[in-house]
Amino acid sequence: MLEILQEYGILLLIGEYPHGKLGGLAMTLIISFVSLLVTFPCAILIALARTGDSKPLKSIASGFVHCVRAIPLLMLIFWAYFALPVVIGFPIDATYTLIIAIVVYQTAYLGEIIAAGIEGLPKGQMEAAKALGLGYIPTTFKIVLPQALFNVVPGIVNQLTTIIKESSLGSIIAVPELSYAMLQVNSNEVTKPLQIFGILAATYFVLCFALSQATGVLERRISKRRTGRVIVEVVA
Amino acid sequence: MGYQLDFSKVLQGEYLDLILQGLQTTLILFAISWVIGLVLAVLLTVVRAIEFKPTQFLVAAFVEYHRNVPILIQLFVWYFGFAVVLPEAVNDYLNDVGAEIGYAIVALALNKAAYMSEDFRSGLRSIHPAQMEAARSIGLNYLGAMRWVILPQAWRLALPALLGQTLILFKGTSLAAGIGVAELSYQARYVEEQSFRIFEAYGLVTAIYMVISFAIMWGSSILSTRYRLRVK
Repeated sequence: MLEILQEYGILLLIGEYPHGKLGGLAMTLIISFVSLLVTFPCAILIALARTGDSKPLKSIASGFVHCVRAIPLLMLIFWAYFALPVVIGFPIDATYTLIIAIVVYQTAYLGEIIAAGIEGLPKGQMEAAKALGLGYIPTTFKIVLPQALFNVVPGIVNQLTTIIKESSLGSIIAVPELSYAMLQVNSNEVTKPLQIFGILAATYFVLCFALSQATGVLERRISKRRTGRVIVEVVA
Repeated sequence: MGYQLDFSKVLQGEYLDLILQGLQTTLILFAISWVIGLVLAVLLTVVRAIEFKPTQFLVAAFVEYHRNVPILIQLFVWYFGFAVVLPEAVNDYLNDVGAEIGYAIVALALNKAAYMSEDFRSGLRSIHPAQMEAARSIGLNYLGAMRWVILPQAWRLALPALLGQTLILFKGTSLAAGIGVAELSYQARYVEEQSFRIFEAYGLVTAIYMVISFAIMWGSSILSTRYRLRVK
């Protein structure tokens, strides 16, 4: 196992960079963070449409969420990789198509998490904002979203874990991320698949386990802070 | 874009046959791994409930491995890694009878067992400990309390999550394509490559996935409503 790490460690961390494309673990992390960053605003829009008053927007958003949840991510990746270039008329890099597929897929899931956060707020918050004469935009951005997003931070971090795991599907369309790098190593060193995939599994495990532990800590902190605040309010 | 939609090619003959075979493989993968996963999940939950640190740790490690490693990598570990451990004769035999689908079932079932056992556990945990005490104090023994008081509530609490896992498993069968199992996604890709009918091949297969997923979602919502725990 150590020889593999010694020989291919750099390839696994950053791919062929600086002599070729960036890849490996660095690419997995970049893909995951970029996907989460792009998903975030889209998910907020879906959540606002799902929880808002407009009937047509509500049905469009829930139609989108249900349809996306009904399809395997792999099919979305196939659509983005093989069909999208035909529609728009020029080829796109595999990495971008993977990010596009993950963003579409995760928008549906993260949107539901944020919507749950919004619905979880006490009704009095919105009523108080309305009573103060605040319109929809200030109520949403100053009262609703800051609290709702704060409450669902653990859910968002958890989705990052999911995205990191989902990015491994990039290896199927030859995106130079961690799993793809390992598949390359495996075709070089044909006799050690157990060690090679053991290292791969261990790398994902360390990454995702750390994140899921962090989610637990965040959850406890946030619920403590929430209940703490209620007590302060009652005392005051 | 100069592309004419024409479903006639993928809706008949060889290509349709391939897609239907893929559908069959997908359904087999789904059904078998669901059953094995559920049975194993119950076993894991029971083992974890026993107050013995080493086994509890092992079950926890099993669950954490399956939750924190991508399922595609779990498939790779079984398909590429496990084969090396086996004697050559066994491997030859397995390859003859179709090793991919076997490994896919093992990987999917173990993965689902880990997730489903967590759902059972959280169902059990949400029953207040006082219920057990109350059941014992009216004269039921431990098993009786489990059978008549705790489990009837716990499985209802776990049901929505289990049904959610069912949908995830159905979609997860698509990853078996990554190790060469000729299921629905694999056939979609193959038919697209052979026929150059990108939109028709993916459109048809996506539609099949959606129909079955919607059926699962619909069934889930009926079952969850029907067996919801009602507090009077």
